[in-house]
Amino acid sequence: MKSELAMRESKDLLPLRLENIVFVAGGRRIIDGISLVLDAGARTLIVGPNGAGKSVLLRLCHGLLEPTAGAVRWNSAETPGCARRQAMVFQRPILLRRSAVGNVSYALKLARIPRVQRIARARDALRKVGLEAAAAYPARVLSGGEQQRLALARAWSLRPEVLFLDEPTASLDPRAAQEIENVIAAMHAAGTKIVMVTHNLGQARRMADEILFLHQGKLVERADAGRFFKDPASPEAARFLEGELPW
Amino acid sequence: MSGLSEAGGEALRLIAGADPRLLDIVLLSLRVSLSAVAIACLVGLPLGAAIGVSRFHGRRALIVVLNALMGLPPVVVGLLVYLLLSRAGPLGELGLLFTPAAMVFAQAILITPIIAALSRQVVEDAWAEYHEQLRSLGENRVGAAMTLLWDLRYSLVTIVLAGFGRAAAEVGAVMIVGGNIDGVTRVMTTAIALETSKGDLPLALGLGVVLLSIVLAINAAAYVVKESAERRTG
Repeated sequence: MKSELAMRESKDLLPLRLENIVFVAGGRRIIDGISLVLDAGARTLIVGPNGAGKSVLLRLCHGLLEPTAGAVRWNSAETPGCARRQAMVFQRPILLRRSAVGNVSYALKLARIPRVQRIARARDALRKVGLEAAAAYPARVLSGGEQQRLALARAWSLRPEVLFLDEPTASLDPRAAQEIENVIAAMHAAGTKIVMVTHNLGQARRMADEILFLHQGKLVERADAGRFFKDPASPEAARFLEGELPW
Repeated sequence: MSGLSEAGGEALRLIAGADPRLLDIVLLSLRVSLSAVAIACLVGLPLGAAIGVSRFHGRRALIVVLNALMGLPPVVVGLLVYLLLSRAGPLGELGLLFTPAAMVFAQAILITPIIAALSRQVVEDAWAEYHEQLRSLGENRVGAAMTLLWDLRYSLVTIVLAGFGRAAAEVGAVMIVGGNIDGVTRVMTTAIALETSKGDLPLALGLGVVLLSIVLAINAAAYVVKESAERRTG
């Protein structure tokens, strides 16, 4: 497998180091002292009960939120005002009122891709997610699954080193969810680090190389996926897997 | 109700006769109000969008003031512009008083707050929905404001129409700074006011029917364009 990132000149973005990060909102410690290192390669899935802080952790990593305490350090930090080297896909795709290809080329414009290259690159991304026939359609009239695939195409066109996903299939039917999983697997195969939140344990089983288990704002367990599902080390994870903790 | 039917007849007669003086008045009304809307959009839309996507000290106070300015009385705006443009005023040397340019200026001042305040509201609502995605893609606030304005273009049509309606309907400001000079600064509303004070109520009402028809036609056209474009792009 040929890595899309092999040609990159600058130093790698990863590993990402979280140093004892805390995030407080409304007097509640939503993230309560998490330290970890995320390396390139493995697909990392974040699971845990509702309110564990999964989505907030993802946003802290991606820079959408600032930690109240602690530090989020990339191996080589992104330069403010320059093209981003990481992307995020949200639970509900936010698409602009333009064509599918227009949504992708908008992201490419923000990534400082020269105008002449944008359309070709956007169409290539649409082809990879199976939306080439819908390129000219208004993005907002696509089905839910197609919209999410378009959001993935938009992220993929940027050739990010890291892709964060926040429950990208939560509002989709199983078939559409399967298509999303396929696209994510293809992006991973092309060299993008996957960090994904899910509340779907079946999905976590299918997709994860490693699991981060969060509970009440703390990283309770980090384990190889096979081991986590067979033999969780923490009582919280065991109870969560048995369905005793709400998810 | 005979007055109204008489007015309807008068309006029909005016239109059917294609009275050149009426046509001049109609065209000047449209020119003044549409120019004012254009200027108010150039200022008001970016201003509203900028306030919608930014957070700064005194923002709430600014929004309250902006919202309050939507209720600016036209005569007060007219008076202020009159003072600005009169011979002794700071802009007196431009010699704009009692010209259509002065009327455009006054109406632009009148409706810029309307367009800014209403667009601020829709942009702010959209920003709540879009901001994580746009920031994730690396968009800055200026770019985000412009992106949102384009994305909200169909909602903004209604806002621009509200501004146009206000401009086309007001009489106080154009009367003071334009002077209702026959053939120079006489527009629909000042003509109606004049005919009413002269006691020619059928003509005044007839002009009113014409004015209403024009505003209605413009709104209908904008609505049709907006609806079909919206259906196409979702």
